[in-house]
Amino acid sequence: MNRHLISAADLSRDDAVLILDTAEELASVEGRAIRKLPTLRGRTVVNLFYEDSTRTRTSFEAAAKRLSADVINFSAKGSSVAKGESLKDTALTLEAMGADAVVIRHPASGAPRRLTGWISGRVVNAGDGTHEHPTQALLDAFTMRQRLIGAGAGAGTDRRGRDLDGLRVTIVGDVLHSRVARSNVLLLSTLGAQVTLVAPPTLMPHAVETWPCLAGYDLDSELRKSDVVMMLRVQQERMTAAYFPTVREYRRRYGLDTGRMALLPEHAIVMHPGPMNRGVEIAADVADSGRSTIVQQVANGVTVRMAVLYLMLGGMAEEAA
Amino acid sequence: MSEEWLIRGASVIGGDATDIHIEAGVIAAIGDGISAPGATVLDAAGLVALPGLVDLHTHLREPGREDAETVETGTRAAALGGYTAVHAMANTEPVADTAGVVEQVWRLGEQAGYADVRPVGAVTVGLHGKQLAELGAMADSAARVRVFSDDGFCVADPLLMRRALEYVKAFDGVIAQHAQEPRLTEGAQLNEGETASRLGLAGWPAAAEEAVIARDVLLAAHVDSALHVCHVSTAGSVEIIRWAKSKGWRVTAEVTPHHLLLTDDLAVDYDPRFKVNPPLRTRADVEALRQALADGTIDCVATDHAPHPVEAKETEWAEAANGMTGLETALRVVQLAMVDTGLLDWAGVADRMSARPAAIGRVPGHGQPLAAGAPANLTLYGPAVPATPVDPAAHASKSRNSPFAGMPLPGAVVATFLRGTATVLDGKVTR
Repeated sequence: MNRHLISAADLSRDDAVLILDTAEELASVEGRAIRKLPTLRGRTVVNLFYEDSTRTRTSFEAAAKRLSADVINFSAKGSSVAKGESLKDTALTLEAMGADAVVIRHPASGAPRRLTGWISGRVVNAGDGTHEHPTQALLDAFTMRQRLIGAGAGAGTDRRGRDLDGLRVTIVGDVLHSRVARSNVLLLSTLGAQVTLVAPPTLMPHAVETWPCLAGYDLDSELRKSDVVMMLRVQQERMTAAYFPTVREYRRRYGLDTGRMALLPEHAIVMHPGPMNRGVEIAADVADSGRSTIVQQVANGVTVRMAVLYLMLGGMAEEAA
Repeated sequence: MSEEWLIRGASVIGGDATDIHIEAGVIAAIGDGISAPGATVLDAAGLVALPGLVDLHTHLREPGREDAETVETGTRAAALGGYTAVHAMANTEPVADTAGVVEQVWRLGEQAGYADVRPVGAVTVGLHGKQLAELGAMADSAARVRVFSDDGFCVADPLLMRRALEYVKAFDGVIAQHAQEPRLTEGAQLNEGETASRLGLAGWPAAAEEAVIARDVLLAAHVDSALHVCHVSTAGSVEIIRWAKSKGWRVTAEVTPHHLLLTDDLAVDYDPRFKVNPPLRTRADVEALRQALADGTIDCVATDHAPHPVEAKETEWAEAANGMTGLETALRVVQLAMVDTGLLDWAGVADRMSARPAAIGRVPGHGQPLAAGAPANLTLYGPAVPATPVDPAAHASKSRNSPFAGMPLPGAVVATFLRGTATVLDGKVTR
């Protein structure tokens, strides 16, 4: 594995499968009475969050704590960041505090990459602007493997070592601004899945034909051949910027309601990285249906992030020796 | 204090080695075996003599941002790059939109003495694009302004652009347009293409430049005035300018050294050294720009030297300032991109970096052929000096934001003369 996890493209197929397998292993901890492993005792993980994201921050925090790491939460609110300290100076401060890993969420694409030049610890990208969100893609891949690969949920052993070969995944919505979509396209294609992006042409990225996926504008025709459909959140600010005429029209053409869900093959699952706009990109009864993996994704987020921190930091003592 | 020089064995714009005698600020004679007993002799074997370079597009930052550059440091950098005249862009603080500010900048240039400073006047008050600045007052001032530009911003209002083009006809002025459709480039970070898309950076589409150029050449034709297009960056812009020129319209254009060499994929690590406006484009654009400079569709090279302090670039990409330094590397980049590739000879370089920019800027005493009687503004350049990596720390510019840092570039400016006075000797400023 690379020193840092900035992009899903940093992961080879074997790296990604190792993370998923490790997460399976760690998931068994969840079933135990004492849910803590001593693996990262004495290590310091800093959650550096420049955007409000309670769900991602708490997920990383829980992951680090279950591995017994010390966790420092450093958020833009109530810190020197609000007074205009540069990212570089913040990085130097964290370095002085002895951060072994910095988990960073930032509104500017590329901020985690810049951070790697200023600190000696590991950097994990927890979402940067409209660039990437690689641990989200990992937890999505983990959820897909759990639900669709091997002999059903729970067993685990059948799935180990396996990728997502042949799985057909359709990602729908604001792909242009989606870091989740970028990371998923890269990771899922590395794992052998065939990804199709569906969006209105205004929200399809430029040069998407150079990405390792297919792209189209018609949701209904894609749903019939999908094993997974992943709905992306429509941000409030897109709704008034002429990307589409009205929310109503968006919902009609690209929203997933029960009628559309019926087009999916029987085994297919419905995913959403959250937070959802119920009634916009996804209807409430779809979100709450048995096909929906949305709650499962959240639970898997902790174990997958445990696996990432474990693999990135667990070997550090041996390195030093 | 008049210097007398005898330059021995220089290749005048790439021709056979000959001697150049400089006396009383002018070229006294050019020819073989000149005898000048009182002159200081400079051995120029292997060096090309070019007319002093003229930059149509320089940000000297003074007044207001003396932490990034001053007229003195910027013109020292210019002299080291072989320049004898530079046009100081108007986006200072305060903006150069009055006779007072342009005269101040002009006087600072006179005092520094490294290169003639020709202030560019703002087209609109405060660069706000709302109201014409007092263009006539700037034209009549001691600074004799002839080039007007809101560079950094586009004169986006078509009616205001038309009026500006019309108005400057009264004093033979030219409007230098920063062509950027503002609505199409809101929040834009990098050329809209494969790299920006992958990096999640908001795209700066080529069409946002081309649309404004297309509009402006039509306006220039309609009012029969002079339009100069700043920092052309796309193949499509080249096509529009070529078409406008084929009509005989009064349209000129410049290209920067960085757009002749660098491409948008350099942004892959989000290093803001490569952030500039207009952005670095694709290999196909670079090729089109080189061809256009070679065939004369693009008239000249202009540096868009844009110094910034360290903290303006040590940030996230989106937070970083646009711009790159360029004065001290321009001629070397042009050698690499244009001469070593066979696209231009040294006579062509003299035309594109001295004669044509001087003509576009109406700069008296510069850009003239090297001949007896002409003002002794010239540069001695060593194209055979082996390529060495660019070290911004060694630059005379106050700022270090060179996109060429660490990149090996051929050649070296050995000497520069401004009206017979050496501003640079042995590759160093003389004082």
